[in-house]
Amino acid sequence: MNKLNADTARRIGLSVAAPVLAVALSVVITSIVLASAGNDPVETFTQMIEYAQEPRTTTLIINAAVTYYFAALAVAFGFRMNLFNIGVDGQYRLAALLAAAVGGAVELPKVLHVGLILLVAVIVGGLWAAVAGLLKVYRGISEVITTIMLNSITTALIAYLLTADKLAVQVEGSNNIGTPEIPASGRVGGIDLVPDSKLQVYGLIVLAAIVGFLYWFVIERSRFGFDLRATGRNEEAAVASGVNVKRMVLISMAISGGIAGLVGMPQLLGASYTYSLDFPAGIGFTGIAIALLGRNTAIGVAIGALLFGFLDTSSQILDLEGVPKEIVLITQGVIVLSVVIAYELVRRYRIVAQQREVGRQLSSAAGSEDSKPQGAQA
Amino acid sequence: MRRVTKLVAVAAAATFSLAACGGGSDSDTVDSGDSPTSDIKVGLAYDVGGRGDQSFNDSAAAGLDKAKDEFGVEIKELEASNGETDAAREERLRLLADGGFNPVIGVGFAYATSMGKVAEEFPDTQFAIIDDETLAETPNVTSLVFAEEQGSYLVGAIAAEASKTGNVGYVGGVNTPLLQKFEAGFKQGAEAVNKDIEVQVKYLSQPPDFSGFAAPDKGETTAQGMIDAGADVIYAAAGGSGGGVFKAIKAAGADHWAIGVDSDQYLTAEADVKDIILTSMLKRVDTAVYDFVKSSVDGEVLTGVQRFDLSDEGVAYSLSNEAAIEPFTAKADELKEQIIGGEIKVSDKP
Repeated sequence: MNKLNADTARRIGLSVAAPVLAVALSVVITSIVLASAGNDPVETFTQMIEYAQEPRTTTLIINAAVTYYFAALAVAFGFRMNLFNIGVDGQYRLAALLAAAVGGAVELPKVLHVGLILLVAVIVGGLWAAVAGLLKVYRGISEVITTIMLNSITTALIAYLLTADKLAVQVEGSNNIGTPEIPASGRVGGIDLVPDSKLQVYGLIVLAAIVGFLYWFVIERSRFGFDLRATGRNEEAAVASGVNVKRMVLISMAISGGIAGLVGMPQLLGASYTYSLDFPAGIGFTGIAIALLGRNTAIGVAIGALLFGFLDTSSQILDLEGVPKEIVLITQGVIVLSVVIAYELVRRYRIVAQQREVGRQLSSAAGSEDSKPQGAQA
Repeated sequence: MRRVTKLVAVAAAATFSLAACGGGSDSDTVDSGDSPTSDIKVGLAYDVGGRGDQSFNDSAAAGLDKAKDEFGVEIKELEASNGETDAAREERLRLLADGGFNPVIGVGFAYATSMGKVAEEFPDTQFAIIDDETLAETPNVTSLVFAEEQGSYLVGAIAAEASKTGNVGYVGGVNTPLLQKFEAGFKQGAEAVNKDIEVQVKYLSQPPDFSGFAAPDKGETTAQGMIDAGADVIYAAAGGSGGGVFKAIKAAGADHWAIGVDSDQYLTAEADVKDIILTSMLKRVDTAVYDFVKSSVDGEVLTGVQRFDLSDEGVAYSLSNEAAIEPFTAKADELKEQIIGGEIKVSDKP
């Protein structure tokens, strides 16, 4: 029993080692860059951390993380099956636009209204991703290519739809253009999660937690999740054991896109209530980085989302102190690259450790069986 | 192993797209030599691209620099990130207001929502926003807006006069309502001179992709396509992409003209293309920023909606390419007077 616990502890230790190593490495490299540019690294990081501890900033970090969490889960869901959904960015923007248009056009009781908006977002995101899934299944086109291309198509489609004679309204005196505002019944209020903060945490943090739990449950505890992981690890073996890979690809892609559809929802239902020209873009790519950092697990991704939320939000203070805030882009970039290297190092270490372990067991087994006339050599 | 390689490729792509919003510069404070000094601290929050974009932001920076040199005000400039949320913009404005900067200037309409909130929170700080007038009712927000369609009307008329083929082009940076004002004015001006003129219209990118303001290669290809289709005068309302349009016009040879935008591009463009820049539609963001800071220093800050148009030279066409523009000034000035007098109404919708 003790040995089992020790094994579990070591396994957890090893899986935590890689991201921690990556983050540490990126701090070192960022420090070198900072120092060579004439800024004090210790002071810079201290400033960021102090700023992050202000209640307002803490709230903003959590809010950023909620959005990132959806994006990273969407990417991670595909990754678990070896599907590279680079199209999260386009999926959530199209989903947010259409959900905003529907939400702004109807008046319904609160629960129904919010539910309808979320449903539209999930369906649009899912269908848009399914396009890539269909092309992969029936035409064998790599989803990496199709999802990247679909991102561009999304941009053109949104530009077409977001005009005054289609889905948008032009406000007098503004150079912005957006969908009609979602009425109060379709909005999700905030939660006072951080003490002493005037700002509120997005109410949809609850949805993020639910989706995170479902993600874990479906992947780790359901038959579907088992098939999914099996297909991701070894497609031929999965086929041999009776998994319908085509169906799996299509469904996984749609679910990944469905989660992606939720990315814009905290911003839409909790802050802007409209999809306009300045709706945040590019979160899908941040999601890829966070999914890598978080090893595609529900908890790991949550921690990664908080880390990226911290870096993005706290960087604002740097500009004020005369340090270029683009420095956090270096930190984020190095994290992503070093996390890949760190996983490879940990993987190799694990193999070596396993070999050593097996070797030890074999030799000790051989030693004890020497006395017997015929040892089980197998 | 293949999986890992694939992951690296994806990660690298993601990082580059994150890093693509780079740019940036340091902000500085005034030195107290023999230059004039002032207690006023001016905070300025840029639009995406920031100082060094050779366009809109740079124009604001020029106005700020001029005010700093002249009055010795302390300045602080903060940069925006691509694709950021309103919460981030709000926080940027709040940091400035909280740091005692007064006035605080937001460059670009994207600051409208966030400035509305922060202005309420800091009633004793004067704010200013460029290119937006939705906050006209907020007492401590000054709206600095421009009649881009009027200036574009004049360069449209000049383009139509200068064109020998009866075919002119409009290259817009990003397809937004703001840039559509330029397009609308240009078209109306061209048609006022020659009602049969053909106006080709192309935008380099669609929002939220704002790369069209910084893609000289796209500008060049697009302009080349227009020239091939018969255009001989092209209006480049595309920020940093205008350089590509100038190149294409230069390559097309004699009797082809380009028209610049925002600043006087005859003075700022590369030396080898400047002779083909007939004129530029001047949008004096620098004047607006300078005037606003000056009013603050003088103690009688400008408030409400400050509209910059032809009558106060807030928009204008440039005369620095003297020999080239000379034949067209008479007609342009006549139209200008008619617009100021109200005889010509220029619509801002294409």
